[in-house]
Amino acid sequence: MAIKVQIPTPMRDQAGGKAEVDVTGSTVKAALDDLLRQHPGLTAKLFDNGKLRPYINVFLNDEDIRYLDEMDTKVTDGVILALIPAVAGG
Amino acid sequence: MPSNDAVLGLKCRVCGKMYPKAANFFCPDDSGPLEVAYDYDKIKPTVSRAKFQARPRNMWRYKELLPLDGEPTVGPQVGGTPLVRADRLADALGVERLWIKNDAVNFPTLSFKDRVVSVALSKARELGMKMVGCASTGNLANSVAALGASAGLDTVILVPADLEKTKIYGTAVYGAKVVKVSGTYDQVNRLCTQIVMKYGWGFVNVNLRPFYAEGSKTVGFEIAEDLGWRFPQHVVCPMAGGALIGKIHKAFTELSRLGLVDQEVTTKMYGAQATGCNPIADCVKSNRERHKPIKTPNTICKSLAIGDPADGYFAAQLIKNSGGWAEDVTDAEIVEAMQLLAKTEGIFGETAGGTTVAVAKKLIEQGRIPRNEEIVICVTGNGLKTQDCVFEALDEPATIKPALADFDALAGLAAAEPALV
Repeated sequence: MAIKVQIPTPMRDQAGGKAEVDVTGSTVKAALDDLLRQHPGLTAKLFDNGKLRPYINVFLNDEDIRYLDEMDTKVTDGVILALIPAVAGG
Repeated sequence: MPSNDAVLGLKCRVCGKMYPKAANFFCPDDSGPLEVAYDYDKIKPTVSRAKFQARPRNMWRYKELLPLDGEPTVGPQVGGTPLVRADRLADALGVERLWIKNDAVNFPTLSFKDRVVSVALSKARELGMKMVGCASTGNLANSVAALGASAGLDTVILVPADLEKTKIYGTAVYGAKVVKVSGTYDQVNRLCTQIVMKYGWGFVNVNLRPFYAEGSKTVGFEIAEDLGWRFPQHVVCPMAGGALIGKIHKAFTELSRLGLVDQEVTTKMYGAQATGCNPIADCVKSNRERHKPIKTPNTICKSLAIGDPADGYFAAQLIKNSGGWAEDVTDAEIVEAMQLLAKTEGIFGETAGGTTVAVAKKLIEQGRIPRNEEIVICVTGNGLKTQDCVFEALDEPATIKPALADFDALAGLAAAEPALV
């Protein structure tokens, strides 16, 4: 069983059209690195100079990683990482 | 539907890339928020003070500056709320010239949200949507439910489960499908983003947000028109998602650019939050570039309890660039200010109104807002929705028998002068 990364609809073109991509890694950073290895077209969409872009949030099983250990948050097989634009609400 | 060619499309606020007028809310390149872009040269010859003033007094008199392709079909009577000269509150705060922009009496659901929702749902109909919804801290829920019902749209509304009962009942009564989510507003909001991406429904503050947020500009248009087509020196505004403060300022900028107000915009913008959820105020006060999200807001001011505001960055930048400031106040200060506003001006604002008045008081006491300049305080929601918060602070009324002697015995109530009968 792998880690599943959920891709927002308008970014799926860069992920081979997939809504979910299976990745491996022991931290959020490692898991996202694997995602970018498989789909390099996502790199510029998610990162700017190596830093996660400010308007995209990463959720580990529905918890915002900013309330965990951010990119160092530990992940295990079977978890879901969701990439969600942060421009709604209010 | 003929297209309104003065509305150019949606522009990414990060990279500037343009997108078509559709239910889009973020840029696929950098996830930046999208904002409606206008062709002001095209708009300029079509607008004038006289033209606006000849129309009914509601927000749609400024329709050339709103992002619809056709006429509004939802909420055509929204807006046009009073700008109240608040001399008694001014005396209490020790300032010379003060106004309350009173959206506590906005139609139909007694908050400024009716403005943004009438734009969003009119746009939803232009786009052919039948199912609409929102994530809400309460006021938006009421508004989407009521205006959605009036337009025959199906509505689904997600709220934090601990919301005030009055706001939940005041939503369900319109026939909306209300879903209580056990979590914070930010969790509800995240879930709504996922729902929108899966189902494609029209959520006013998710995929319709670029259109929706434009409705808030009408608060600014009305303030300027009611002051005699000029701008106040200071505006104090509540902040939840942080969009309203920016849109009031954008309204002033547009009026200046179109020559409808003959002055540059030098208004200083001040943001108000509760101490129990103060990400934007904290960002300004500690001079951070970006706000630090607050995981678990803890305040009676639930309508402002957004821990991770979408427009936090832009609101903090605007406040700093305009020469204003932000502050936050405790729950006790909020309740005290709700009573002060009610007792001095006869306006019962909700907790967010109390927050804004209390922050204005604090900024005046700090010397950040000068006492001899023109100040507008925005009250954006009605106290009848948050009565539980003031209940404990009020005296229980005396109960007497229906006997004159019992009434006479109430010290201080009966007048000393006998009346002729």
